[in-house]
Amino acid sequence: MRMTGISKSFPGVTALKRVDFELSYGEVHALVGENGAGKSTLMKILAGVYRADEGEIWLKNQRVVPKSPKTMIDAGVSVIYQELTLIPYLSVAENIFLGREPLRSNGLIDWSAMWLEVEKLLAPFNLFLNPRSVVHSIGPAFQQVVEIAKALSLKADIIVMDEPTAPLTGSEVARLFEIIRKLKADGVAIAYISHRLEEIHEVADRVTVLRDGERMVTAALSDLTVDEIVSHMVGRKLTEQYPTVEFPAGDELIRVEGLTKKGTCKDVSFSVRSGEILGFAGLVGAGRTEIMQLIYGYRRKDAGRIFLRGREVQLRNTRDAVRCGIALIPEERKKQGLVLGLSVIDNSALSILDLNTSFGFIKWPAIARIVGEMVRSLEIRTPSLYQKVKNLSGGNQQKIVLSKWFARNCDVYIFDEPTRGIDVGAKAEIYKLLLSRARNGAAIILVSSDLPEVMNMATRILVVFGGQIVKEFRRGEATEEQVISCALGLERQSTVEALAAGAHK
Amino acid sequence: MKLNLQSIIRSYGIVIAFVMICAVMAVLSPVFLTVTNVLNVIRQSSIFGIMAIGMTFVILTGGIDLSVGSILAVVGAVSAGMLKGGMELLPVVSLALAIGVSCGLANGVLITVGRIAPFVVTLGMMSIARSLTLIYTTGYPISGFAGTFRFIGGGDILGVPFPIVLFLLTASIAWVILTQTRMGRYTYAIGGNEETVKLSGINADFYKTTVYVISGITAAISALILTSRLNSAEPMAGQGYELDVIAAVVIGGTSLNGGRGSVWGTLVGALLIGVINNGMNLLGIPPYFQLLVKGFIIIGAVLLDRLRED
Ligand SMILES: Nc1ncnc2c1ncn2[C@@H]1O[C@H](COP(=O)(O)OP(=O)(O)OP(=O)(O)O)[C@@H](O)[C@H]1O
Ligand SMILES: [Mg+2]
Repeated sequence: MRMTGISKSFPGVTALKRVDFELSYGEVHALVGENGAGKSTLMKILAGVYRADEGEIWLKNQRVVPKSPKTMIDAGVSVIYQELTLIPYLSVAENIFLGREPLRSNGLIDWSAMWLEVEKLLAPFNLFLNPRSVVHSIGPAFQQVVEIAKALSLKADIIVMDEPTAPLTGSEVARLFEIIRKLKADGVAIAYISHRLEEIHEVADRVTVLRDGERMVTAALSDLTVDEIVSHMVGRKLTEQYPTVEFPAGDELIRVEGLTKKGTCKDVSFSVRSGEILGFAGLVGAGRTEIMQLIYGYRRKDAGRIFLRGREVQLRNTRDAVRCGIALIPEERKKQGLVLGLSVIDNSALSILDLNTSFGFIKWPAIARIVGEMVRSLEIRTPSLYQKVKNLSGGNQQKIVLSKWFARNCDVYIFDEPTRGIDVGAKAEIYKLLLSRARNGAAIILVSSDLPEVMNMATRILVVFGGQIVKEFRRGEATEEQVISCALGLERQSTVEALAAGAHK
Repeated sequence: MKLNLQSIIRSYGIVIAFVMICAVMAVLSPVFLTVTNVLNVIRQSSIFGIMAIGMTFVILTGGIDLSVGSILAVVGAVSAGMLKGGMELLPVVSLALAIGVSCGLANGVLITVGRIAPFVVTLGMMSIARSLTLIYTTGYPISGFAGTFRFIGGGDILGVPFPIVLFLLTASIAWVILTQTRMGRYTYAIGGNEETVKLSGINADFYKTTVYVISGITAAISALILTSRLNSAEPMAGQGYELDVIAAVVIGGTSLNGGRGSVWGTLVGALLIGVINNGMNLLGIPPYFQLLVKGFIIIGAVLLDRLRED
């Protein structure tokens, strides 16, 4: 497969400038670049979703002009899109076979054939997933498996994976890599997009770096180090990825005692001081997101007390929480973080509208100044403040979610997977912002499945397993292996008592 | 699965509401549970029930069809006119269905190719079809038909009124389509995530158009039943039906956002509305209060259904 001289512009943005990209059979070719560099756009052109303004696509020495996704699917190209694109209320099997349902001779769908086929497809994944389950109820990691199974079932010889590991954790990633290697051995060509550069060295053979819609370099991975890739991506040398986190913690800002909800979490207690960053590690599904939503008043708790600056507060809903100075930056940007059809400024201003009105009228100039400042400091790539958020690249959308709450001064910030899908340069930027908030006296809770991130950023780490806090580490006290074994529930210790004792002092 | 009260309410909320209302009615009125009355309720429900089945397809895709009441009127009027003009039964039925298909097709094409919101297109169609009816009938009812035509609304097969037979038949066909064919599964899929359907290489616009055609066809079937039953085509027939029809679908648990729902839910929803209408007449509740009661029951039923969400 060969793409040559591909260019593409959208109103106000040039997404791609004469880009070449090549894939050989039995190869994994990584595609990297900053948020908004044009990676997803290039792959969507290959998939026939967008039409290129310029340039040619060659498959097996034949020129193809993709008219619709269908032409490319038929030509053996299959794409796992950056945003999960499953249909929530259809079953696993139906999602995998969408558009290609096996039929019986009378024209009705042949369910048993479909289920059998799906069981065969899922067998190598070695997990318990019923083809009849409704996708809505199976969790993000399984959903990703369904996406992959869908690509496999197409018997595609070219598979594009756009950030497939973003919603996955360690062991699942390892399993995905096994599958990728197997596919490679079968002669499948794979284009692999990811912001986790260590991964790329593990699975890919070649890498192409895009910057601002232009191809910077294509090389074998054995010839490039991670640092070299990064400097091609951002056009400068990046110093430390993680800033140093060393300053004294102040007074206790938030304390949670005995937070319990049936089927979600049990007896969760912790406290965070001003200037502290408390990390929450654990596996996907351990209940961290739910715990945060309980604190934020988004879900109702069965039991538990919350103290802010030593005073007990009743947070019945999210509005109470925000008024008390708590902000929750949610994990799923499309569903929870953004209003996709609204502009950048409308989204970012949502959290600060109440602070910027006079006599009930919104003070747009003031808001535009604040949002403009956020866009600059987070390096959000958008043609204007009035661009619709759905037209931004995935990583830039994530930055909008962050900007929404950075724009408001809060005492407690709860970040749920804040850097999912964000490039290395911007990550460092976000860490700096996080830190400056902590330095200004905020208490920060950082939920993340990215272990190095928690290990390096947090002053203390709590490990959650099965809805309970199983272990607490101080910064630098534990190795990654120790944290993982706790997260898997292998090392249990009654820290709850220890914490409770601490709280009484 | 554990068998506790909550999970039962969750899965069968609407059926429980239905049974409860029936039980209350049976206590309050001795007539309610007689065979004649039960058949009567179902027959009355079948007219908007059949339309509600078509509407279920539309709402499953995340759309809405406000024009069903007006389509019913125009189909009724033209069929009546043709019958009076001496046309045979079979051609009249074919013509009626053809008008339903055409109106639905117009709706569907404007929505998909014209990219106009379903609410707007069908609101326009509601007005256009009503006006055509008034023009055609010059504002007067067309009444008095031959015996064969009267069978559609008044006849019975083995004691079961023919409208009920048509209702159950339509529901069964719809169930097969929705659960066992591509057409049906794509209807759900489009409501769930239209983008994905398109990316899967499926002609989503075709299926979206088809659901409005189905809605048009069911409106035409109801038109034949109503006209035959009343032995007359009224120019204002079916006015306000769209609300009962949409209510039946929503009470039946189909999400207005699309992607979720079932024909059986709609069937129960339609019967529930039928029971409410019938019950209030039996109890002699004055008409001005009937709408009030109905409004509360509709909202209450859906509220009960909300228990499923959390
Ligand atoms: N439909 C669209 N309309 C307008 N602009 C668009 C559209 N799709 C993409 N863009 C713009 O094109 C540029 C490239 O976007 P693309 O999604 O390819 O980035 P990316 O490299 O995949 O980034 P990320 O790592 O954040 O996913 C961005 O500036 C984006 O705002
Ligand atoms: Mg992207």
